[in-house]
Amino acid sequence: MTAFLQIRNLSARLRNTGHRLLRSVDIDLPAGVVRGLVGESGAGKSMIGKAVLGVLPASVEIVEGEIFLDGHDLLRMKPAERRRLIGASTALIPQDPLTALNPSRRIGPQITDRLVDILGWTKERARARALELLGEVRIPEPERVVRLYPHELSGGMRQRVLIASAFAAEPKLIVADEPTTALDVTVQKQILRLISELQARHGTALLFVTHDLGVVSKICDSLSVLYAGKVVEDTTVDAFFAAPRHPYSAALLAATPRHNDPASSLRPVPRDVLDAVAAEIAAADAAWSRHG
Amino acid sequence: MLDGRGAIKRRAGARLWLSALWLGFVALCAIFAPLISPQDPLAQDLMLGRLPPAWMAGSEPGFWLGTDSLGRDVLSRMIFGARVALTVALLAGVVTCLVGSALGLVAGFYRGWADRIVGRLVDIWMAFPPVLFAILLIAVLGTGLTSVIIAIVVIDWTRFCRVVRAETLNQSQMDYVQSARIAGFTRLRTLLSEILPNVLPTMVALLTLEMGIAVIVEAILSFVNLSISTDAPTWGGMIAEGRLAIHQAWWVLVFPLVALFLTVLSFAQLGDGLRERFDPVLR
Ligand SMILES: Nc1ncnc2c1ncn2[C@@H]1O[C@H](COP(=O)(O)OP(=O)(O)OP(=O)(O)O)[C@@H](O)[C@H]1O
Ligand SMILES: [Mg+2]
Repeated sequence: MTAFLQIRNLSARLRNTGHRLLRSVDIDLPAGVVRGLVGESGAGKSMIGKAVLGVLPASVEIVEGEIFLDGHDLLRMKPAERRRLIGASTALIPQDPLTALNPSRRIGPQITDRLVDILGWTKERARARALELLGEVRIPEPERVVRLYPHELSGGMRQRVLIASAFAAEPKLIVADEPTTALDVTVQKQILRLISELQARHGTALLFVTHDLGVVSKICDSLSVLYAGKVVEDTTVDAFFAAPRHPYSAALLAATPRHNDPASSLRPVPRDVLDAVAAEIAAADAAWSRHG
Repeated sequence: MLDGRGAIKRRAGARLWLSALWLGFVALCAIFAPLISPQDPLAQDLMLGRLPPAWMAGSEPGFWLGTDSLGRDVLSRMIFGARVALTVALLAGVVTCLVGSALGLVAGFYRGWADRIVGRLVDIWMAFPPVLFAILLIAVLGTGLTSVIIAIVVIDWTRFCRVVRAETLNQSQMDYVQSARIAGFTRLRTLLSEILPNVLPTMVALLTLEMGIAVIVEAILSFVNLSISTDAPTWGGMIAEGRLAIHQAWWVLVFPLVALFLTVLSFAQLGDGLRERFDPVLR
């Protein structure tokens, strides 16, 4: 059986400077599986998510590769069809719950609009579904919350609303882009558990963007390690934490703080490892320019 | 913290209500002008020229705020002048707001060539000195209420366009817009039902401000005799005439000036107040 999401040899660059953002990325994500997408800031994690969801910035262009969603070749579909496919089968749990909800609209319609207008549900069904999901993410008094404005909720509550909203239409794939980074540490754990719980219950494929390997070890099945837009390691979580194959992955793992050893957090990725990866990428780029 | 915000809110509330009260009063005067004005605003009687207001020595009953040098009742002329002022404020304000905001929304949301064209237009427009531009336009269009309104729209749409474009651009970067796109809403629907509600408070604030500006512009044009016909009472026209006899009959100048000042100020205050009211984050 083919994976629900397949990214094949995807390369992207900035339109004006030609600067490469993604380098021949391959990612497979079968239905119901959680894949972590890790890498340092600027590695291109969010770009991959945006490419899948069809919201790349206008300044970025895809130069080669394919994205298959449920077997459909996204990049070669008619825009309207692509919008419909993405709208019906995917959702995003964004990083910043502050700007991810429309400040001037009530919570209720922000969840139900899409069910009614895009998926054609009746108002009553959409409303019932919204209340059900708000209950599932353990928001107290959902009937009251749907009438509130986003600023009347705490950051954690907003993120719960966004999770409820993401799962409401039973998407096959959810992209979560650092969904806990903007939250308090105590709230982070609850939100993480919630995402994991709903993912398992609804059997959703989840692409989980993070730079926290600790989080990956808790909720992911597999992971892709990204460096400068290139996937340097693609493996299962068990294999990765047992023995990372790529030197960069190993260094990243070594740099991850362990809760029983605070000093471990202070170890940066060693210079020579970074140099080695940079050389590897330069070689790949050179090969790519020659054949292109 | 909470107390501070409460105090600010109360003060803003008082300003809002005072402004609304004055504007409501002016609006009532305008609507019921023929019923409430004590005299015919156009009736001249040289025997009754330059009568002082009712509380001063030498006044005549029925001429509450005195008369001008042609013997026309100042209060009645002010009441009818309110009609012109509010008509211009409402029509010019609303049309300017619609034209400028529409262009600003499109430019800020769709970017690309639409933004480039609108941006260029705004730049060209900003290069003209507005008062000169207005006088030039009236010279071409001819005097009259319609010309005044057209002149205001043509000159001031850029004010809305610039601010609304910036605010739209700002809102477009927000994650909720991206989520709407992912969900599959069309761009038009995203613009109208996601972004517009967030830009609306800014538009309302600008609209009331623009109404105040329209009142001033109309007064200036009347002042230089380029607004509606010379006979018809307007605040600007009265101020222009009063200026000539400031030492003999100050009331002809001062009362319309105060009315003009209060009206313009009220529009500005109302704009601020409404903005705070409408903004869900400040509310
Ligand atoms: N709108 C944009 N236009 C042009 N370049 C961009 C844009 N957004 C991001 N980039 C660039 O693309 C590269 C990848 O960015 P991306 O946001 O995918 O990084 P990331 O891995 O998600 O990092 P972070 O952990 O900081 O979110 C970066 O070099 C960034 O500077
Ligand atoms: Mg990111």
